[in-house]
Amino acid sequence: MSIRKVDVFLLSISVALCLFAFIFVHASLTKKSELPALRENSKMVRTLEITDICLFTEARYTRHLSMADLHTPFQDHPMSLEHFPSGALITPPPHLRQYVQDR
Amino acid sequence: MSRIDKHRNILDFALSSLLRRKRKNIALVIMYTSLIFILASVIFFTEAIKREACILLENSPEMIVQKTMAGRHDLIPDNYIRSIESIRGVQSVRGRLWGYYYEPTRRANYTLTVPEHFSYGTGYIAIGKGVSRTLEAGKGDLVPFRAYNGSYVSLEVADVMTAESEIISSDLVLLSEPDFREISGAPGGFFTDLGVRVRNAKELPVIADKIRRVLPDTRPILKNEIVKTYETIFDWRGGIVMVILMSAVFAFVILAWDKATGLSSEEKREIGILKGIGWETSDVLWLKFWEGAVVSLTSFFLGVILAYVHVFLASFILFEPVLKGWSVLYPEFRLVPFIDPFQIMTIFFLTVLPYTAATIVPSWRAATIDPDSVMRL
Amino acid sequence: MIELTDIRKVFNAGNPNEFVAVRGASLVIAQNRMTVFKGPSGSGKTTILSLIGCMTRPTSGRITVSGREITSLPERFLTEIRQRTFGFVFQQFHLLKGITVLENVMLPAYPSGQRHLSLREKATGILHLFGLSAKMSSKVEWLSGGEAQRVSISRALINDPAVIIADEPTAHLDSKLSLELMEILGALKREGKTILIASHDPLVSESPFVDLVVSIRDGLLKEVEERK
Repeated sequence: MSIRKVDVFLLSISVALCLFAFIFVHASLTKKSELPALRENSKMVRTLEITDICLFTEARYTRHLSMADLHTPFQDHPMSLEHFPSGALITPPPHLRQYVQDR
Repeated sequence: MSRIDKHRNILDFALSSLLRRKRKNIALVIMYTSLIFILASVIFFTEAIKREACILLENSPEMIVQKTMAGRHDLIPDNYIRSIESIRGVQSVRGRLWGYYYEPTRRANYTLTVPEHFSYGTGYIAIGKGVSRTLEAGKGDLVPFRAYNGSYVSLEVADVMTAESEIISSDLVLLSEPDFREISGAPGGFFTDLGVRVRNAKELPVIADKIRRVLPDTRPILKNEIVKTYETIFDWRGGIVMVILMSAVFAFVILAWDKATGLSSEEKREIGILKGIGWETSDVLWLKFWEGAVVSLTSFFLGVILAYVHVFLASFILFEPVLKGWSVLYPEFRLVPFIDPFQIMTIFFLTVLPYTAATIVPSWRAATIDPDSVMRL
Repeated sequence: MIELTDIRKVFNAGNPNEFVAVRGASLVIAQNRMTVFKGPSGSGKTTILSLIGCMTRPTSGRITVSGREITSLPERFLTEIRQRTFGFVFQQFHLLKGITVLENVMLPAYPSGQRHLSLREKATGILHLFGLSAKMSSKVEWLSGGEAQRVSISRALINDPAVIIADEPTAHLDSKLSLELMEILGALKREGKTILIASHDPLVSESPFVDLVVSIRDGLLKEVEERK
């Protein structure tokens, strides 16, 4: 007797569900194994007094987001095009926007 | 038992129906999966970066004080240190030295930093893995730095920082204070900014206010603001993320619209036949439901699983060109998988539900026709 | 036993294209007999079959099946009765393209939640009876007219109904196949089933298996002729 389509489908979905559940397992296992590295990095942040993660190294205002002064996010003209793709990905830090309001 | 069998039967027929238009439905699944893949990838990546950044930056300095002139970041003189030290609640103030170094040959930007304690002394540098890669320099190599006045300062690499720390150290060049001042030209008595330590963390905003009043041209930045910066990074309000999300939404609307604008005459005829041979309205609707569910569930699982592999096992490789942009130095780091089941559920409700509904709704009318009409087809 | 009392059926009531298909028909159909509804197209014979077979409700009048009134039953019960009691053979066969013969035959029973294995056995048995075992896994597009006819009848038999209703079954058949069809229907009658046929084909109405011929014209029963 040949296998029914529906049984093949249900089997596949079960496999997918297992993989899906496995994602969460994998994530939590990886997190645990990454914990020492995370702690080391946290220590480094403290000793080197780091204020930003190293994500966009194109320019200083993309590299040090939290340290960026008021001038740089609006460097050229507010309507001018971005120099770098990262400008389209990230917004000016909230404390800068608030700074404008406070003044 | 019979309820399950009933649905197994209907599902079996739904699969037969889908397989009848094999090419169209396979194309549909591929499109749908790609959509979910992109959406899930972006969500996984941004969430993971955010969480990791916020966890790490919880250890960042409590308060940084910057001096501004005409809106721009300016060097801060050491007499400001004494002014701040005299404020009640301040434990210590340290002048920090850091800046950028642009290397024209490789067109890369490095961050020069003078740490509080640099054990290697003058003439040496400790570099991040990314710097090491870009310069193709390792321990013991000499690296020339072009100083502000055109002369060259050669420093020896004493240490290369770990690969695991790339997310924070990739572009760092740690050096001694005299070397920094020689390269940057920052005069003695001036610092990039100040690191302020307070006795009671709760008093930070109050002290920040006092500093602003005593030194009006300064800008204190608190740790919670630093963390907040990264909580809102990749915010959906920002540019490309918004574009991607909107495109995904539009794509879904188009998919669902195609389904919702009614059935073909062929489909109507088939529903008529089903009703004629004894299927109830509800049975027909279950059929349509399963047809929609098969496509959307398959795409959902495939899309999310592939997205997870893409982001956490393949380092978000397909989006690398977007993130890398014009930068030469791009950190190689494996993100810690922080996935939020709530977000996955949101993806599910935004994608599977509308598509399944879009498959059932247009069939409603056809499903309620009198079986009698099949006699006249 | 099926009883029709003063049945009236109006289509598109209240609209400009209102059409009275059946006006005041009363009839008693005995069990285990073959009844033919004879009349020209548009006379209402298809509608009468449709009404008897619980495919549609009459605008007015009453229908009872085995003593149970079905006129005002909700759709769900109506469908249940229809499934259990009636098997339909359509004029155009109406087999679903792209799926196998076997699946077509099993289809009417899918929603009833019968176990797949027993359903499959039943269907295979019926197809075997009609000599279609070799064609079980074929797609219906590849069948000849006669084969499609027999698949259509097989499908009507899957739920083991007491009544077989056939609407113009010989419309697409040549004389040889038409006679074959009447043979099959006669055999089913012998097994105890009630057969109802709507046809204007003399090959049908003149068949020796027929017990009752009802002539219909303009939605009214004109003449009832008992055979034998």
